[in-house]
Amino acid sequence: MLAKNKKTKFRYVWNFPGFGGWTAIFFGFLYVPIFVLVCYSFNSSKFAMIWTGFSFRWYAKLFSNDDIQTATINSLIVAFAAAPLATIIATFSALALVRGGEFRFREFSNGLITLPLMVPEIVTAVATLIFFASLGINFGLINVIIAHTVFCIPFAFMPIKAALEAMDPNLELAARDLYSDKTSTFKTITLPLLTPGILSGFMLAFVISIDDFIITLMVAGGGSTTLPVYIYSMVKMGVSPEVNAVSSLMLGFSIFIVSLYWFFNRKINN
Amino acid sequence: MTLKKVNAIEVKNVTKVYRSSNTETRALRNANLTIYDNEFFTLLGPSGCGKTTLLRLIAGFEDITEGSINLFDQEIVNLPPNKRPVNTVFQQYSLFPHLDVYENVAFGLRRLKKDESLTKKRTMEVLELVQMKDYATRKPNQLSGGQQQRVALARALAPEPKVLLLDEPLSALDLKLRQAMRYELKTLQRETGITFVFVTHDQEEALTMSDRIAVINEGEIQQIGEPEQIYESPSNKFVANFIGEANLLSGFCKTNGENGLCELYTGHSINLFVPSHIKQNDKVTIFIRPERIKIVKSSKDKSQLSISEFTYLGNAATIQLKSNEQIINVNLPIEDLKVFKKGDYVDIEFPKGSAQVID
Repeated sequence: MLAKNKKTKFRYVWNFPGFGGWTAIFFGFLYVPIFVLVCYSFNSSKFAMIWTGFSFRWYAKLFSNDDIQTATINSLIVAFAAAPLATIIATFSALALVRGGEFRFREFSNGLITLPLMVPEIVTAVATLIFFASLGINFGLINVIIAHTVFCIPFAFMPIKAALEAMDPNLELAARDLYSDKTSTFKTITLPLLTPGILSGFMLAFVISIDDFIITLMVAGGGSTTLPVYIYSMVKMGVSPEVNAVSSLMLGFSIFIVSLYWFFNRKINN
Repeated sequence: MTLKKVNAIEVKNVTKVYRSSNTETRALRNANLTIYDNEFFTLLGPSGCGKTTLLRLIAGFEDITEGSINLFDQEIVNLPPNKRPVNTVFQQYSLFPHLDVYENVAFGLRRLKKDESLTKKRTMEVLELVQMKDYATRKPNQLSGGQQQRVALARALAPEPKVLLLDEPLSALDLKLRQAMRYELKTLQRETGITFVFVTHDQEEALTMSDRIAVINEGEIQQIGEPEQIYESPSNKFVANFIGEANLLSGFCKTNGENGLCELYTGHSINLFVPSHIKQNDKVTIFIRPERIKIVKSSKDKSQLSISEFTYLGNAATIQLKSNEQIINVNLPIEDLKVFKKGDYVDIEFPKGSAQVID
C-alpha cells in the first residue's frame, strides 16, 4: 500500500510540494507590475504612485500631445513597412533553405540568418549606425525602416521555417503528380499551407519592430523618433502618469495584434 | 488464347545513385523490367531495397542516374511529373489538408483544365467508385485512415491515368482493414482496367493481389514472375527465404541432368533436376517448402530425425526436425496434429517435383 502511494505520488505535476505556490509567485512577478501600471494609468493624481481617483485625464492629455502622436505614427509606419519586407525576405529564405535541395553553404546560410538573434543588440545597433554614417545614408525614417527590416528577418524566418519543415513534402509532390506545374503548386498547395506560419512570422516581426528601442535610438535622427524612444525620453524626466497611459495603449495594441493572429489562425485551420 | 500484350512501362538499364556531400548510395543497379498494360504488377522487397526508388523514378519525383523508362513506347525520363500520365497513391495518403474531399479528388482534373461539368461528373463518379460520395464536403482530418485511403485512391484515379502507382498504400491500415482493402484494390484494378504498379514489403499482399511480381533486393531485381512461379520455383536463396517459409538443405550431387540425384547430409536421397554445371560430388543447396515435406512415424533405430519443436497454430502446426546440425521445418496438416508430438522419431519423404536445386 505504501509502495503504491509512493509510485503515484508524483504522477501529476501538481503533486510536487509547493507547485501551486511557486506558480503563483512566478505569474505574480510576470503580470502584477503590468497590472499595476495599467491601473495607475487611470489615476487622477499627477504623481505616478499615489492613487487619488479614477480618471481618463492622462489619456486625454496623450491625445493632445503632438510629439506622442508623431512618435506613434512613426512607429506604425516603420512596423508596417519593415515587418512585411522582413516577412517576404524570410519566406523566400525559408523556401530556399528547406525546399531548395542540397546546395553549397546551405547549413552555413541557415546559421547566418539566425545569428542576429544571438548577437547582442547593442553591437548590431552600433554597427548599423557606423554603416549608415560611413556610407552617408541619411533618409530619416527610411534608415529606421532598413534597420528594422534587417533585424526582423530572423524573427520572421524562424516560425516560417518551422511551418515549412512540418509540412509533408509529399503534398507538393502529390500536386505535381496531379498535373500541377511548379507555379500553380506553389499557389495552390505551398502558400495556403504556409499562411499560418507566414502570419505568425509577420506578427513576431511586427511586435519586435514596434517594441525595438536600442537600434532605433542609435539610427533614428531628429524627426524620426519612434514611440519606445519617446517613452524613454519621457521617463528620463521621471515616471509620469502619461507614461503609464501610453504604455497601456501599447500593451492593448499588442494584445489586439496577437488576438487577430489567433483569430485568423483558427479560421485557416477550420 | 493469344492476346498480344501491350507494354505499359519499360524500365531499361535503370541505375539510381543518391549522392550527398560525402556518400554515394546505389539505390538501383541496372534494373530491367517490362510491365504490361492492364496488369497488376507488384514490386516486392525488404525496406531499403530500391522498390520505392523505382516507383518514384516512374512518377518523376527523382532524377534518373542512368537508363531510360518508356511509358507506352514514349520516353518519359525527361518529363516533369506533371507531364506524365501516371498518378500516385502515397504511403501516408498525403491528402491536401486545406481542401475538402471533393476538391482533393477534383485537383488533378482542374489542373488539366477540364470544364466544370466534366470535372464534377468525373469526381462524383470516382467518389462513388470508392464509396466516399457521402463524404465529399469533409476535410481529410475528419476521416478515418481507411477513408483517407479511399480518397487518396479516388484522387489518383480521377484524371484517368494510364498507370496508377501505389506506394505501400495499405501499410498504415490495421490488419482487418488491410485484408479487406486487398480485395477492393484487386477488384478496382479489374474494373477500371488501369495498370497498377504496387509497391510492398508484404509478401502475402504481393501473392494475393498481383498478376506478376518483381522481387527486389539491394537495388537489384532478383526475379520476375507470376505469384505461383515466384513461390514454387524461386530463382535464388533470397527469393526463397523472402517469400514464405523455406528449407534450404545442404547436400551433394550424385548425378546431374533431368533425372539427377542428390544426397542430403541427413542421409536422404532426392530425385530432381540438377543443372549440368553441377558436377558429381559438388555441394548443392536443395530448396523445399515446409508444407511439401511428408512425415511418417519411425523409430529411434531407423531414423536420426526427431521432433525438436512443436508449435501449435490452431488450424495447423509447425514442427522442427533436427539431425546432424540440420534443421528442417515442416508444416503439419490438421489431420496429423494428434498423431505426432515432441520427441517422436520420424522419417521424411519428398514428393516428386517438390524440391529444387537452388543457387
